[in-house]
Amino acid sequence: MNFDFSDDQKMLKDQARKFLEDKCSYDDVRTILESDDSHHDGVWNGLCELGFAGAAIPEEFGGLGLGALELCVIAEELGRAAAPVPFSSSIYMFAEAMKLAASDDQKSAWLPQIASGEIIGTLASAEGTQAPSPRTVKATFKGGKLSGRKLPVPDGETASVAVVLANTGGSGEQALSLVLVDLNQDGVTRSAVDTVDPTRGHAEINFDNAEASLIGDEGDGWALLKRVEAGAAVLVAFEQVGGTQAALDMAKDYSLDRYAFGRQIGSYQAIKHRLADMYVKLELARSNAYYGAMILSEGGAELELAAASARISATEAYRFAAQECIQVHGGIGFTWEANPQFHYRRSKLLALSLGSASRWKDRLVAELEKSNVA
Amino acid sequence: MDFNDTPEEAKFRAEVREWLSANAKPKDPSKVKAGVSTKSEAERLERAKEWQAKKAAAGYAAITWPTEYGGLGGTPIQSVIYSQEESKFDVPGGFFEIGLGMCIPTMMKWATKEQCDRYVKPALYGEEIWCQLFSEPAAGSDVAGLRTKCEKDGDEWVINGQKVWTSGAHFCDYGIIVTRSDPTVPKHKGLTFFFLDMKTPGIEIRPIKQISGGSGFNEVFFNDVRVPDAQRLGDVGEGWKVSLTTLMNERLAIGQGSGVDYEELLKLARETELENGPAIKDSNVREKLADWYVQSQGLKYTKFRTLTALSKGQVPGPESSIGKIVSGPKMQDLASFAMDIQGQGGVMHDVEESPMAGAFQNQWIGAAGYRIAGGTDEILRNIVSEQVLGLPQDIRVDKNVPFNELPGAGSKK
Ligand SMILES: Cc1cc2nc3c(=O)[nH]c(=O)nc-3n(C[C@H](O)[C@H](O)[C@H](O)COP(=O)(O)OP(=O)(O)OC[C@H]3O[C@@H](n4cnc5c(N)ncnc54)[C@H](O)[C@@H]3O)c2cc1C
Ligand SMILES: Cc1cc2nc3c(=O)[nH]c(=O)nc-3n(C[C@H](O)[C@H](O)[C@H](O)COP(=O)(O)OP(=O)(O)OC[C@H]3O[C@@H](n4cnc5c(N)ncnc54)[C@H](O)[C@@H]3O)c2cc1C
Repeated sequence: MNFDFSDDQKMLKDQARKFLEDKCSYDDVRTILESDDSHHDGVWNGLCELGFAGAAIPEEFGGLGLGALELCVIAEELGRAAAPVPFSSSIYMFAEAMKLAASDDQKSAWLPQIASGEIIGTLASAEGTQAPSPRTVKATFKGGKLSGRKLPVPDGETASVAVVLANTGGSGEQALSLVLVDLNQDGVTRSAVDTVDPTRGHAEINFDNAEASLIGDEGDGWALLKRVEAGAAVLVAFEQVGGTQAALDMAKDYSLDRYAFGRQIGSYQAIKHRLADMYVKLELARSNAYYGAMILSEGGAELELAAASARISATEAYRFAAQECIQVHGGIGFTWEANPQFHYRRSKLLALSLGSASRWKDRLVAELEKSNVA
Repeated sequence: MDFNDTPEEAKFRAEVREWLSANAKPKDPSKVKAGVSTKSEAERLERAKEWQAKKAAAGYAAITWPTEYGGLGGTPIQSVIYSQEESKFDVPGGFFEIGLGMCIPTMMKWATKEQCDRYVKPALYGEEIWCQLFSEPAAGSDVAGLRTKCEKDGDEWVINGQKVWTSGAHFCDYGIIVTRSDPTVPKHKGLTFFFLDMKTPGIEIRPIKQISGGSGFNEVFFNDVRVPDAQRLGDVGEGWKVSLTTLMNERLAIGQGSGVDYEELLKLARETELENGPAIKDSNVREKLADWYVQSQGLKYTKFRTLTALSKGQVPGPESSIGKIVSGPKMQDLASFAMDIQGQGGVMHDVEESPMAGAFQNQWIGAAGYRIAGGTDEILRNIVSEQVLGLPQDIRVDKNVPFNELPGAGSKK
């Protein structure tokens, strides 16, 4: 039994942590909250200089050629810091979709610049407040041209390139395809949208006969997207685990500092038991995330099930820890100047970024139904 | 990252598997965990004793114990490997866990060499069964608040008082007991610990009927029960220290609970029609099923993380409490929800009519006790918050007060 990260992976994690502790304090996160910037350039450039953006991109396309486990340890640290960077859009979504489905020419055209961090990529699937699906996606791709409206698109204002989920006219699940679009062209207009987490930029993008090309086969878009989402779910779960740990630590530290009725509030069971519950949810989430990581890095067949478990568990842990962290802080936790809000915001963003927990629970049970456990 | 055995672990697993295949029947995987056994307790006990003797003779009954006491002198990871393999076989259990998990380890730490030579092996072979006489009507979570008293009389001690919730006392041969030798000092300081023969004159055992209808535990009365001083474990007044050995082993012994889980709920949901279609297609059912699946997996992989630490030679800490914190309420809630799926019929608790012979109804009842036994949900949260997270201990109003001046405890009697 060796259900743990290797020493090298732990060193990488330490490296990420030290960098973020130094360069990405809550004050740094706050600068993005309070500005119109889509992300923090300094932190992002620093991460890219360390080679993190290209960690899991193959060497032939300019990356370091490491695996999913390396991404997982980096993700946990990004989550802990609530880092305001386009890492998930550019790496978990765009680069992973490209690795999975793009042709070598397409990869050569874009991945080296993604690996170096020179440009940002993203993946656009949502079209407003209903879940994207073969029944609802209206953006269309026909004769090499993409038209339609996508929002919210993470890092949509700053990204140079996007993988877009579009209707190509097939029936049922075959209605959808993934297409690759250069966002710096005439047929593309974009503007920022407000979200509950302004530390991560989001945009509305309108495509009007924009040049685009298929990645993967026509009609495979929905299946490919689900596969990309499953991988991303594991990586995001590590961000959520990191965020949960940070919220728990913050709440614990405050509960030891704050006195009420002549005692540390951390001495009251109402607080102690809530922190214990945070810890329990965190440990379950961490364990499920580890399993997801193992399956993702092995390319195991049960990725969908493992990813759904990791995501559901981590989403619940982060939701609970972030909201109760504010609660433990009392009135100060509700103020703009205090830090618990960063995790409250980020926890909701991550909970919805790949679709809600209900959606993933449905996906999970669909897998159970396929397997023969009973 | 992998779940693979080291070469030595793989070798041990193969040996164990071979031995089990030769000596026990594999579980029928198509059979879901059933409800209660229809056999009487006496029949089950006999079967369990037979199996225990076989297992002990092969060295597998106590893998980490020294060979001189019939153990294998093995590692904790080997012990886990054995349990993993044994769980695939249909073998009886449920009688020796308290004795071998808690009482005998206490004996091995505190009794004399001669006493260990006399008692350890018969317990291991299932010939003698042990119980834990700790809880009292006025002392459960706060077991150090117990009142059963012992008084020295020559070479003997005279015990008077009452224990309660003593699992298995009615079929046990020996017990470990903690008593109050000095009520004039603070509660933890006035305790003294013994082991005793359950047939000693003056001991009266009365079964307690549980809400399940069964009687797994008892009240045990002590009227002038005389115990030789030689059966004292630890010094006079040091009984709490000895008790901690038992309680620490309890934490290791308490597992994650077994019984019906998401597999059985999935099966039920597939087989049950609700008003608007099959239960498995109902979004509420799907959400709940997913939640419990995720909790079960989380516990399973948390255990794997602990095992990884064990196989690197580290000792698991109080974080293992999370197993019971999660599984107790999960067992209860899952069973309750499965009964909901059965609609009005869910109220039936009937081997013939209820799905899976009433396994959900059984668990719904039983889980209520599981959340209390061996550390309540609340006490476990205290342990996690204090020992894992380092939060302040609860304020102890009784800390430096002589026991007989405490409200609600010593002063009443
Ligand atoms: C939107 C808003 C509007 C407000 N408006 C007003 C106003 O107009 N006038 C005014 O005077 N005040 C106002 N308040 C202040 C409000 O009354 C306090 O925030 C509240 O009483 C909590 O006190 P605190 O913030 O100091 O937190 P603390 O008392 O420090 O509590 C911190 C945490 O410890 C917990 N805690 C504290 N004591 C115990 C205990 N004994 N047992 C268990 N847990 C405990 C709390 O539940 C909380 O989770 C407002 C607060 C808010 C958020
Ligand atoms: C099925 C079963 C088998 C058992 N077998 C044995 C046995 O073999 N030997 C034996 O000695 N005992 C045995 N017990 C007893 C068991 O250890 C006690 O029931 C348990 O420790 C709780 O004690 P209590 O029942 O006195 O409840 P109490 O301690 O009175 O607790 C009542 C409630 O108060 C809460 N509470 C108590 N203290 C605190 C606190 N500090 N903070 C917050 N909440 C608190 C508890 O969590 C609980 O909800 C068994 C119990 C059960 C149910």
